[in-house]
Amino acid sequence: MKARVHVFLKEGVLDPQGKAVASALRTLGFEEVAAVRQGKFFDLETGPLPAGEAEARLQEYCRKLLANPVIENFRVEILEP
Amino acid sequence: MKAAVVEFPGSNCDHDAYEWSSRLFGLDTARVWYTSRDLAGADLVIIPGGFSYGDYLRCGAMAARSPVMESVVEHARRGGLVIGICNGFQILCEAGLLPGALLRNRTLTFLCREVCLRCETADSPFTRAVGKGGLLRLPIAHGDGNYFCDPETLDALRAEDRVAFRYVNPRGQTDEAWNVNGSLDAIAGILSEDRRILGMMPHPERASEALLGSRDGAGVFESMMATMGGTG
Amino acid sequence: MPDPQVTLPLALAHGLSEEEWRRVLDILGRVPTYPELGIFSVMWSEHCSYKSSRVHLKKFPTSGPRVLQGPGENAGVVDIGDGWAVCFKMESHNHPSYIEPYQGAATGVGGILRDVFTMGARPIASLNALHFGRPGHPRTPHLVKGVVAGVGDYGNCVGVPTVGGQVVFHECYDGNILVNAFTLGLLRADKIFRGCASGAGNPVWYVGSKTGRDGIHGATMASAEFSEETEQKRPTVQVGDPFTEKLLLEACLELMETDAIVGIQDMGAAGLTSSSFEMAGRAGSGIRMNLDEVPVRETGMTPYEILLSESQERMLLVARRGCEEAVRGVFAKWGLDAVRVGEVTDTGRAEIFWRGEKVVDMPVGPVSDQAPLYDRPQAPPADLAARRELDLSAVPDCRDPEGALLALVGSPALCSRRWVYTQYDQTVRTNTVRGPGGDAAVIRVKGTQKAVALTLDVNPRYCHLDPFEGARLAVAEAARNVACVGAEPLAVTDCLNFGNPERPHVMWEFARCVEGMAQACRELSTPVVSGNVSFYNETHGEGIFPTPSVGMVGLIEDVSRCVGNAFCEEGDAVVLLGRTRGHLGGSEYLSLLHGIERGTPPPLDAGRERALLALLRELACEGKVKSLHDCSDGGLLVAVAECGLHSRAALGATLSLQARGMRLDGLLFGEDASRVVATCAPAMLQPLLDRARACAIEATLIGTVGGEALVVNVDGQRLVDRPLRDLRAAWEEGFESVVKRR
Repeated sequence: MKARVHVFLKEGVLDPQGKAVASALRTLGFEEVAAVRQGKFFDLETGPLPAGEAEARLQEYCRKLLANPVIENFRVEILEP
Repeated sequence: MKAAVVEFPGSNCDHDAYEWSSRLFGLDTARVWYTSRDLAGADLVIIPGGFSYGDYLRCGAMAARSPVMESVVEHARRGGLVIGICNGFQILCEAGLLPGALLRNRTLTFLCREVCLRCETADSPFTRAVGKGGLLRLPIAHGDGNYFCDPETLDALRAEDRVAFRYVNPRGQTDEAWNVNGSLDAIAGILSEDRRILGMMPHPERASEALLGSRDGAGVFESMMATMGGTG
Repeated sequence: MPDPQVTLPLALAHGLSEEEWRRVLDILGRVPTYPELGIFSVMWSEHCSYKSSRVHLKKFPTSGPRVLQGPGENAGVVDIGDGWAVCFKMESHNHPSYIEPYQGAATGVGGILRDVFTMGARPIASLNALHFGRPGHPRTPHLVKGVVAGVGDYGNCVGVPTVGGQVVFHECYDGNILVNAFTLGLLRADKIFRGCASGAGNPVWYVGSKTGRDGIHGATMASAEFSEETEQKRPTVQVGDPFTEKLLLEACLELMETDAIVGIQDMGAAGLTSSSFEMAGRAGSGIRMNLDEVPVRETGMTPYEILLSESQERMLLVARRGCEEAVRGVFAKWGLDAVRVGEVTDTGRAEIFWRGEKVVDMPVGPVSDQAPLYDRPQAPPADLAARRELDLSAVPDCRDPEGALLALVGSPALCSRRWVYTQYDQTVRTNTVRGPGGDAAVIRVKGTQKAVALTLDVNPRYCHLDPFEGARLAVAEAARNVACVGAEPLAVTDCLNFGNPERPHVMWEFARCVEGMAQACRELSTPVVSGNVSFYNETHGEGIFPTPSVGMVGLIEDVSRCVGNAFCEEGDAVVLLGRTRGHLGGSEYLSLLHGIERGTPPPLDAGRERALLALLRELACEGKVKSLHDCSDGGLLVAVAECGLHSRAALGATLSLQARGMRLDGLLFGEDASRVVATCAPAMLQPLLDRARACAIEATLIGTVGGEALVVNVDGQRLVDRPLRDLRAAWEEGFESVVKRR
């Protein structure tokens, strides 16, 4: 299976890197930029997983390691079953 | 009294913590590799600073999930003392032993400099010799020391007197200009609910000898010695 | 894809000359294979072979009673007594840092760390010399930020404190920045490891990161000028992984505790090729390797690519037969690859196999140490006489010393480097007695009373005006800086940064610099134990100023006696050691306030410098002084201001000076060599003056520490009276104004 996991900061958590990127974009003349939030994604390849379980399994990856629930949310996306 | 310094791949203040405990304070100190589950009968566990797993993924995230941490959790559950310094603090938060998280410094750069800390409570095994209101000059050296937690957690930390240290100016007042990493409520160190676990970003182990410019960090170890001496 | 046909044009494209190509044919007696051509091209590149510099480098004094290992190894080693030794070296990573500042600087730090721990030493301190273009150049802020972050992130992660260095801005570096990284390690004097592949039958191990396509032909890139085409070479920049470096460092040091290792070397520039050829070359042995065993992280890599890859964080080691389990065990503990890739032979040949085929079969000696040597033509620069001409009568004397002082302390050249060094972990390992901002850093040696002092120095403007004297002055200033913390200067490492050596004036400057350094090193008894040459720092024919960075290491026997450079206490006497003549040629003052970079650098009297160095050490060791500060860039007034700016209590001073017919700017901002600002308790003043006189060093009481201002009277007239906080504001904001510029 191939999957992509997106991890991003929860709303309300200060994102100084995102802020810096936003201000840099504005200095480059992209004045319409109102806000930037920086996140990350993971591309995963795994062995075969039963169709019904894949999603739950990926969520577990996130809860156990890939995301920090104190500050981050996540979204999983199955690219190839 | 025994101490254990936990070492992860990428720890780099492990040697300093070991010296602090063994050479400066004379404790029988074991170095425990992250794959081990044996804390060598330690009364005090030190989670040292550094860049465990290169700070990859998130600071402290992978170290927090290594085998030795199960033993550290068990040690803490039994009321054993745990101090996490710098990356050690990040690991304790990632492991859920302390609330909150450490975010990127507001300067977006690594910061190594001296800071002033105010001790906010004498009611802990780590601060009794420092005393409430005591001022310490300690170095920081981190890129991610910007303490964050949700409002409920912050309320609880305040209400339960669990903020151990705050960043202050040299006159001992909270002052945003001296809260150099941008921590919420200028928090530099916090205690667990049972007050037996301390996490702090500044490095007391780097400031415990006059030759190195400050002995202020010695107060933290002296407090722990007094506690362990009192309770066996 | 099959290997291309090897022909003369292909050899020329690899940077070999026609003459070198003929030599290749002679050595092999046939046309080389494609991998063999690659090997020749990197081994005979300027970067690896020192073919243009070697005839000159022989002039350096390289031995002395304390030297345990001189040039020719991965780093030099000097005895510091009690069974301990220090190992140190400096290396450039100029070209990669200009192309990709963050990774270029980071991998430069990684490389120098490996050079030191491969000798068996634990790295305990790093310094770096960074030379950037003019502050107003559009690329400068980006390069400064990237390089500083790269240096910091790498060293911080590995856990080696960065405790000092030099940051220089000058338009001559607009198209060619310099990143020179220095590391010092500590080891037992009887446990030095060397890069030596001896003992036929001993296994050759590859340890560390996997091999990718990164950095292929980095060594040849460092041996060519920049042009638009070089921008195409961008993908070859290596990426650093400090986490793996830390693991590799610990694993190597742990394995060195056993007796498993015969020889070990970093795979630096030219990767597997240079490490295997150099190790076999030093031992006079041969080596047989199977490239199928090399751990790779990309698919379809050819022998040529595997041999020339400059992937970082890899080492080659030769182990004793029968120690396989020890090697495997240690590297497995640290989660690193350790693969047996071959063995040492006694054939004197490198035989390299891939998929059962012998792809390389060549004699080691002729490739590794019989590289062509060039004594390239030299000629003084056409404008040399004009450079040295300085008509001071056309320069009006200073009318506003206070304004000039403010301008100098706030200038990019002299302002505080705090913005830089707060990004470096300066205190990890708890040995940093004095960190950045001092004349020299002081690192204690645990378990002894000793400490080592370290500094980097060069004044490129001096070297531009007079390469011989400029290089001599760089050694003298470095020695003085080390003596100012109370240390005895021991030995030198260098990084010689120059333009294109095929230009006669560059070669002339290089040769003069080497001779000047060699002479000063003899005069001050500080042998050169390691070093590095970086040529081709040129873009579109514009070369840099000659920049021979000097790294000096000194020894303090009793660390409790080391002194700083800051004012300590109200009422202390301020004494100027050394003679003031008001020399303005090549000075920071003339450059900043008058835009003049001409004249000759200040003359240096070696006898007087030696006497001063001995006096400084004695004054410190006997506790006669409270502070010592070298008086150099910016002259006397800047030096005194710095003593106040560095003091925690923000102490000012009142000075009373006599002009004795000198120009005011010469008196206040002249840069006469061999001068130091000392402070002492009033009761120590007479003993200090007496001792100085006995050593034939001029010593003048020039003022008193105290107050919140810097006050300067000249011949009874008050010329400066400025609160220190104003000076501090200018001094502290200077650097931010450089990096925040857009």
